[in-house]
Amino acid sequence: MAEPLIEARGLVAGYAGRRGLAARRSASAPVLHGIDVAVGRGEVVGIVGESGSGKTTLGRALLRLIAPLAGAIRFDGVDITGFDEAALRPLRRRMQMIFQDPMLSLNPRRRIGRALTDPLLLHRRAANRRVAERMVTALLERVGLPTAVLQCYPHELSGGQRQRVGIARSIVLEPEFVLADEIVSGLDASTQAQVLKLLGELKRSMSLSIAFISHDLSVVRAVCDRVYVMAQGVIVEEGASDALFQAPRHAYTRALIDAIPLPVPDPNWLSQA
Amino acid sequence: MSPPLLSIAGLRARRRDRSAQPILRDVSLTLAAGEVHGILGESGAGKSTVAKAILGLVPRGIRITDGRILLDGRNLLALDSRSLRRILGAEAALIPQDPSTALNPGRRVGAQLTDGLRLWRGLSAAAADRRALALLEEVQIREPARVMWLYPHELSGGMRQRVLIAAAFALEPKLVIADEPTTALDVTVQKQILRLIRVMQTRHRTAVLFVTHALGVAAQICDTLSLLFMGKVMEQGPAADILLAPRHAYTRALLAANPRHDRPASSPEPIPEPVIAACKAEVAAADRADAEDG
Repeated sequence: MAEPLIEARGLVAGYAGRRGLAARRSASAPVLHGIDVAVGRGEVVGIVGESGSGKTTLGRALLRLIAPLAGAIRFDGVDITGFDEAALRPLRRRMQMIFQDPMLSLNPRRRIGRALTDPLLLHRRAANRRVAERMVTALLERVGLPTAVLQCYPHELSGGQRQRVGIARSIVLEPEFVLADEIVSGLDASTQAQVLKLLGELKRSMSLSIAFISHDLSVVRAVCDRVYVMAQGVIVEEGASDALFQAPRHAYTRALIDAIPLPVPDPNWLSQA
Repeated sequence: MSPPLLSIAGLRARRRDRSAQPILRDVSLTLAAGEVHGILGESGAGKSTVAKAILGLVPRGIRITDGRILLDGRNLLALDSRSLRRILGAEAALIPQDPSTALNPGRRVGAQLTDGLRLWRGLSAAAADRRALALLEEVQIREPARVMWLYPHELSGGMRQRVLIAAAFALEPKLVIADEPTTALDVTVQKQILRLIRVMQTRHRTAVLFVTHALGVAAQICDTLSLLFMGKVMEQGPAADILLAPRHAYTRALLAANPRHDRPASSPEPIPEPVIAACKAEVAAADRADAEDG
């Protein structure tokens, strides 16, 4: 990998201790304990782990949605660790996010057309709404949606269509980096396959860098060039996808891979530890 | 050969609204004692409706229009709700999908386990407690005596699912229906729970109807499978036959759409449009044949 587009060095991050009723149980212990990760240009990097491993916190820290407690985050060669919201704003267009549940991330009372054109106007990528609409029409074709969805509200779309809208919204500003956090976990296999294929196409055509967070190693192998395995806030293993899956070095990686059943009956699978 | 424990024949269901859209189309399957049968399909294929029909829990918006569901020779669809409750309470049990909502948040684990034992088996409070404790031990919960006194929110997702499995097997039912029991769990916990269901099912010779959308899960736990598409059984038989030598184009396409961690990066293939069209045509043809018969 040449110069990484986005990288974290020695990243320590967490959430401030909660106040009130829950305070007793939530000391402000960090969630991430010194993480080193990097995503190259045009690279899809998997971040895998189980719930509580810190993978979502890592994603949020990379986008600087939370401020690190220690360590550094660099984007396109610039140290953005100490950037305040105003300094980050010009970068927001270049680093976007696809959400797990598009139903929760799209405004239920706003038509898809508005959801896609508003960012273009807000970031002054289009002079007026007419121009924005033309750009969005081209975008829809790219993600395989009919133009009719522009008139629809989110609840009128199928799960697969909604996730395509989520993807369209994440790339409408032509970002360089996209964070995808568990974006296919709620989908049927057939829809999942469509979304994964689309991600692969976008990676190639836009040379997009993607951090792909998932608990499902089958999906990760299908789309990722390189993989980081997380447990309890640290990276336990990192490697090129093929090498990591063929010869995992860490016991936890092995356990995660073995825990995903293949669609081939294996009388020993259930009895293995 | 002894008759099957559960036999579903010609089960049909429709929406109650003006569309009268078919939800189940002539579903038939049999399940022998001690066997695990998987109902497999994507969302909206009708998997849960089959499970709910057995338990008499079909939602208001759906009406069963035809068919029989024989449990030990008695047609469940012909029973009034009182008799159905008596039979199901003692002989069938459900392991639900989401362990976080299936337990009563305001009652201790022990109390929730002993309810059924007292009601259906007439055990005294002390005897029910002893049995509940033994059940928690059987589902490999550590410190069962302490867990009896905990509330559900004090347990992890995996622990809650173990409690629900204990509850399902408490009355030694002949049939357990497991409705996507591991979908909400982490992968390593999923494997432990699947193993536990297999162990309990084998030890008690319980028949299990296992509803799932996951081909991999079905492959490891089911003896036989029914693959549903739009409420119609597309392929049925031993799990190994269906998954290793699928005959229906839909089964093959579904297998190709499934990502596999043992194969180098080759994106899973979306189900080709012609395959979906052919499946829909097959369903429509069956509907027409039905209309002519009926």
